[in-house]
Amino acid sequence: MSSATAIVVGRRVPVRGVTRAFWARLFSSPFNAVLTILAVAAVAWFLASFIRWGLIDATWSGTSQDCQANGGACWAFVRANIRLMVFATYPSELLWRPALGMALIFGVMLASMVPRLWGRWLGVAWFAAPASVWLLLSGFPGRQLPTNTWGGLPLTMLIWSVTFAAAFPIAIPLALARRSAMGGLRSATVAGIELVRGLPMVVVLYVSSLIVPMMLPFIEVNLFLSVEVALTIFVASYLAEVIRAGIQSLPSGQGEAARALGLSYWQTTRLVVLPQAFRSIIPPLVNLGIGLLLSTPLIGFIGMIDFLTAVRLAASQEQIWPACYREAYCFAGLIYFAICFNASRYSVWLERRTKDAAR
Amino acid sequence: MTSASLPRAPMRPGILGAFRAWWGNHALAQVCVIAAIFVVAGLLGANVLDSMRRLGMAPNLSYLWQPANFDIAESLIPYRAGDIYAQAILVGLLNTAKLAFFGCVLATLLGVALGVARLLGNPLVSRLVQAYVEVVRNTPLMLQLFFWISLTHALPPVRQALRPLPDTYLSIRGVFLPWVQVENGGNLGWWLFVVLVVYMLATRLATRWRGRPLSPLEFLGWLATFVVLAGLWCALAGVTISVDTPKLNGFNIVGGVSLTPEFAAMLVGLTIYYAASISESVRSGIQSVSTGQWEAGRALGLVPGRIVWLIVLPQAMRVITPLMTSSYLDLTKDTTLGILIGFTEVTAVIKTSANNTGNAVETIIVLVAIFLSISLPVSLLINFYNRRLIRRGVIAR
Repeated sequence: MSSATAIVVGRRVPVRGVTRAFWARLFSSPFNAVLTILAVAAVAWFLASFIRWGLIDATWSGTSQDCQANGGACWAFVRANIRLMVFATYPSELLWRPALGMALIFGVMLASMVPRLWGRWLGVAWFAAPASVWLLLSGFPGRQLPTNTWGGLPLTMLIWSVTFAAAFPIAIPLALARRSAMGGLRSATVAGIELVRGLPMVVVLYVSSLIVPMMLPFIEVNLFLSVEVALTIFVASYLAEVIRAGIQSLPSGQGEAARALGLSYWQTTRLVVLPQAFRSIIPPLVNLGIGLLLSTPLIGFIGMIDFLTAVRLAASQEQIWPACYREAYCFAGLIYFAICFNASRYSVWLERRTKDAAR
Repeated sequence: MTSASLPRAPMRPGILGAFRAWWGNHALAQVCVIAAIFVVAGLLGANVLDSMRRLGMAPNLSYLWQPANFDIAESLIPYRAGDIYAQAILVGLLNTAKLAFFGCVLATLLGVALGVARLLGNPLVSRLVQAYVEVVRNTPLMLQLFFWISLTHALPPVRQALRPLPDTYLSIRGVFLPWVQVENGGNLGWWLFVVLVVYMLATRLATRWRGRPLSPLEFLGWLATFVVLAGLWCALAGVTISVDTPKLNGFNIVGGVSLTPEFAAMLVGLTIYYAASISESVRSGIQSVSTGQWEAGRALGLVPGRIVWLIVLPQAMRVITPLMTSSYLDLTKDTTLGILIGFTEVTAVIKTSANNTGNAVETIIVLVAIFLSISLPVSLLINFYNRRLIRRGVIAR
């Protein structure tokens, strides 16, 4: 463990120049040298086999026969099926609708990343965007399309944004009730939150797909609605804990000062506590958003065709293309990774920025 | 005016007074809110019962004792089609438990190794671990499981089984590994478990009594004594322990332990995914110990190994323990993803039961009860542990 102490304590080997320090740390002890050589070998083996499969032996265009002849990755499959994977079974002459909807949601996401734009209008946009995407997909105005024709990446993004927008108004009162001095209310909230958090998401989805139509016999409940009910309740219980942590992280002097100025509880909450709490919870909020996006494939379990399900279905049509699962999953993984990796980098950047501002 | 606390309801003596103080302000409004929640829940529940009645179903749990007419691919206890539903559900639950247990053990081993590797001071290794963590945590777990199951389903048939290690076979029938075989053992497993619990309690008591933890040497010494005694006892009682290796026999592989392709894919997927979270927990735990602690240890003349064992690890464990526990809980919950790749865990069995009997609501109640009875005690434990640390002033509120 002697080399472990070196990095944790920040003791650096005194060598001039960045590259020499780097080399010195790679070979600072025999154990470290062995580790370095093993790591280089592993990376080289992985890269070599991946490049051989994904680039050298790959087929970029052509038919499944070409793919089988070349033996490597069959990127031609991805090219031929990209519409099916991204938009699933949405009518092909109306693809501009999901495309525009996706652009809207990504636009709001990007706008939310600019701290200068944080404010009331962004909050409005977070409700307006999912609503307009919903109208767009259902075909208003124009040809009406039921929710079971929706699918692919637009559906994933729509479900993601609707869930987030709907969970917020539920989560804020829950978080406040959990922090409240009123024991009865607090216990009821804790019980509710822990109940939902104690269940796996698959179970919550399964339960809601069976129970929600029975609970609301007077309206026609489609799959989209039961999924949204389940996800909103599920995410709200996690979001409430995130918001509670944000409120808890404020110095208690903030609330006390506001009370001393004569503000009521609601004024204190609205003007002093929540605005500051929101600033501090954006990084965990981003992480929760990433977590939700990465769990959306579970809705495939109760019969919705989200992005990952669409990709898997496209790969399973084996009579036309040989089982191209690896290529399909690489493609899907790349898209999920691109969104989530950038979001998590952003969250790290934001955390550092907040810390610097506080200094 | 000595205290600056907010005005509170005056404390009255007695249990009722304490309850009144805990209940807080707006007593009646709170009662109304809670009553409203119950009324809404009751209305929705009445709707459910109504819908069930319209579909000609009466809510009862007696289906649990009716015969289940489906097979389950893998089982730890004897089960065949025709046994009762309760037993089928128990089979599913044991499969879940088996996956969760081995998943937690393997994820911990890999995660701790990766977390420590990241702190070893080798920039290449730590970048590599970082890349691993980023890739694993920024793609859906579901995608990873689909990937692993597509790999296990693409394995060659038994005759051409891959042999990555001696006595290890990978084939489309599953993964075959060597396994420890105990003959004449009786309740050896239970005895080992009891002794282990006693041993852990004894070391805790000894730690408290002497005011310092075991040193690594003492730890190894006790472990060696334990192993020698166990070996001696086995020899005296006529217990033989051997390694059973799988062998290729015609069109089949016999001996050893076999994992179904689905179980193997779930185990690999969950291990790789949760090793990433655990490695992050370990890293953040060790980094949470301030550099002053290391320096103080060195100033006292301790060697690095003793600094880690006596100073850093006990403090890091306070951060690591709750994080790891919640990782274990998440892993247990994520075993339910097995239903999407064909592993028969408890949710899959219950879903099949619901489809076969039509008793959807009752099966749901069983399912929810199972998961809550696992996760609520664990989260209570985590809260209890955190509260104790807060009370001791170790971590901030």
